[in-house]
Amino acid sequence: MTCRRIGAVVLALLLAACGKPSGGPVELRLWAMGREGEVVKELLADFERDNPDIRIKVQQLPWLSAQEKLLTAFAGDVTPDLCQLGNTWIPQFAALGAIAPLDEQVARPGGLAAADYFPGIWASNQLDKVLYGVPWYVDTRLVYYRKDLLAAAGFAKAPATRDEWLSAMRVLKRRNPERFGVLLPLNEYEQLLSFALQQETPLLRDGDRYGNFRSAEFRRTLAFYAGLFGEQLAPRVSATQISNVWDEFANGYFAFYISGPWQIGEFKRRLPAARQDSWMTAPLPGPGGPGASLAGGASLVVFKASRHKEQAWRVVEYLSRPDVQRRFYALTGNLPPRRSAWSGSALEQDQYAAAFRDQLERAKSPPKVPEWERIGTEMRLVTEALVAGQMTLDQAVTELDARADRILEKRRWMLSKGTTQ
Amino acid sequence: MNSRAAWLFVGPPMVVIGVFFFFPVLCALVMSLTDFDLYALASLDNLRFVGLDNYTELLRTPLFWQAMGNTLFFVVAGVPLSIAASLGAALLINSKLAWFKPLFRTAFFAPVVTSMVAVAVIWRYLYHTRYGFINYGFDLLGLAPVDWMGDPQFAMPAIIFFAVWKNFGYNMIIFLAGLQSIPSELYEAAELDGARSMAMFRHITLPALAPTMFMVSILTMAGYFQLFAEPYVMTQGGPLQSTVSVLYFMYEQGFKWWNLGSASAVAFILFMLMFGVTMLQVRMASRGLEE
Repeated sequence: MTCRRIGAVVLALLLAACGKPSGGPVELRLWAMGREGEVVKELLADFERDNPDIRIKVQQLPWLSAQEKLLTAFAGDVTPDLCQLGNTWIPQFAALGAIAPLDEQVARPGGLAAADYFPGIWASNQLDKVLYGVPWYVDTRLVYYRKDLLAAAGFAKAPATRDEWLSAMRVLKRRNPERFGVLLPLNEYEQLLSFALQQETPLLRDGDRYGNFRSAEFRRTLAFYAGLFGEQLAPRVSATQISNVWDEFANGYFAFYISGPWQIGEFKRRLPAARQDSWMTAPLPGPGGPGASLAGGASLVVFKASRHKEQAWRVVEYLSRPDVQRRFYALTGNLPPRRSAWSGSALEQDQYAAAFRDQLERAKSPPKVPEWERIGTEMRLVTEALVAGQMTLDQAVTELDARADRILEKRRWMLSKGTTQ
Repeated sequence: MNSRAAWLFVGPPMVVIGVFFFFPVLCALVMSLTDFDLYALASLDNLRFVGLDNYTELLRTPLFWQAMGNTLFFVVAGVPLSIAASLGAALLINSKLAWFKPLFRTAFFAPVVTSMVAVAVIWRYLYHTRYGFINYGFDLLGLAPVDWMGDPQFAMPAIIFFAVWKNFGYNMIIFLAGLQSIPSELYEAAELDGARSMAMFRHITLPALAPTMFMVSILTMAGYFQLFAEPYVMTQGGPLQSTVSVLYFMYEQGFKWWNLGSASAVAFILFMLMFGVTMLQVRMASRGLEE
């Protein structure tokens, strides 16, 4: 639209007005979110010392508005050279044509060892076998649980299958009906998604053109999830209603909590000293043994519009070095995506991280379409109605497919246009 | 000659308003007739002109109607409540019997100028089902606890109370100015005639405040139609989308899902709605003032 072009011209003029004369070291612009944005400056100081021809200007973005800012930057042709990007956003930015493919750089001799990365995480950065980002840190969801409550109920170790998990929660509920087995906030969909990723059947079908929620397997997943609320094993609350998760966990309001690696630090910091010995992490129970879970985390991407892609790639390579990743972990608690960065590091000694190490081998990425986040949100909304008893399971999956199909309409049109061209 | 000077003065602001207001509005109107989204941002080849499809599609979307209903509920319940609270507070502060007037004036105005996010966090605690002060009070009165933020029936009333508390101080100041401009002779004359305070309020204060009331009601209504920050911070539209407002719906369409075409259509529907209601108010007010 003309608005966009005019916007671009105005911005270009503004930039030209404050641009610097060329010569001297190349200045790269790196955008990073939240805490990583602070820490990366520290990491890059060494890089700049060894590479006097590159200067890096780090811009910090708040997570909440990062996506908006990046899209605005793309619309105005002022994208940075490289950026931290949540790996679920990669399909969007790849669809925009905003980020550059990186396979050629990775394939170079002495380049990054792709096989060293956790496979699910690496795959989450690939679309149609083209790599668009290099994993920077990873997260996945698993269970945090109260060892002492479980032991008191007669369970020596964490449940490995859904059946074991259910029976443990039922015993806990019987012992204290006021309390709950697991916290599954109604305003988050990552938990249900993690269960759904344990399926063999994909969530979208026909080349991600239609929703596939009516599949027998998703019905089973949803029945399991809704059953947790039906049996009162999970409280019907959203996260905004739990004023302090750590207090409630310490009080025993729920015995299991599904979350990501960032909670390890929070639990160590925020649980009272008396409770420090009574919690542990465990892989997410699956239908028949430890199951898959969500492949999350953030990647480093290089923008197509960058005029310094080579230099930007050197920064990516530097930040991907196992020793730098270990430092990154020490500074932020973010888990490294490479196996070699785990071995011999403080992480190997951390008893809480062990379950994550195990779970990461089975991390799986959600459907890689730009529309996924929206479909995921619809999944949450429909599930909320199901849990509240406003829908039956049958209605819920039918409704979900209908909504997903509507959201994917443009994608189908795009794909059909692509094949006729 | 004179008119040229006038144009010289009026011209620059007109250009600014044209470029920064009318042009974007026109762009948005055109956009609302297309399916502008993420793909169109990548390449305009992916843009389809869809005519009024965005509008008809919206009218078929249950969530849009729910957002509309939620917003109307918020306006219909919130605006009178807010005006009543403002007027009441203004009368109390203006009363000759009131002590520490500046203190109360500041205290009542304080919520208006404090950060929305900060007070929302505090109110979320007040509304907490198990630890909240409000339910504690209910308990003392022997009432059952209410799941304020979790029960779709109560979430919107809770948001309304919060919004009224947050905003009434602003209108209170305007009412206070209106009250202070009423000549005291009127009250003295009425007192001599033996009028009681209720009669004085009905026949002097209210008529004298009519123009203020008119302005306050239009401003408050326009503001309340644009409900966004409260649900955004407190409930994120939940539970069961009972606090999704039209603006919140538009925000999600536009800046979360990048369906800018559809979001623009929402904006125009909201604009038409507010325009219609304001016109109605103007007509009613002018009839009232003529009488």
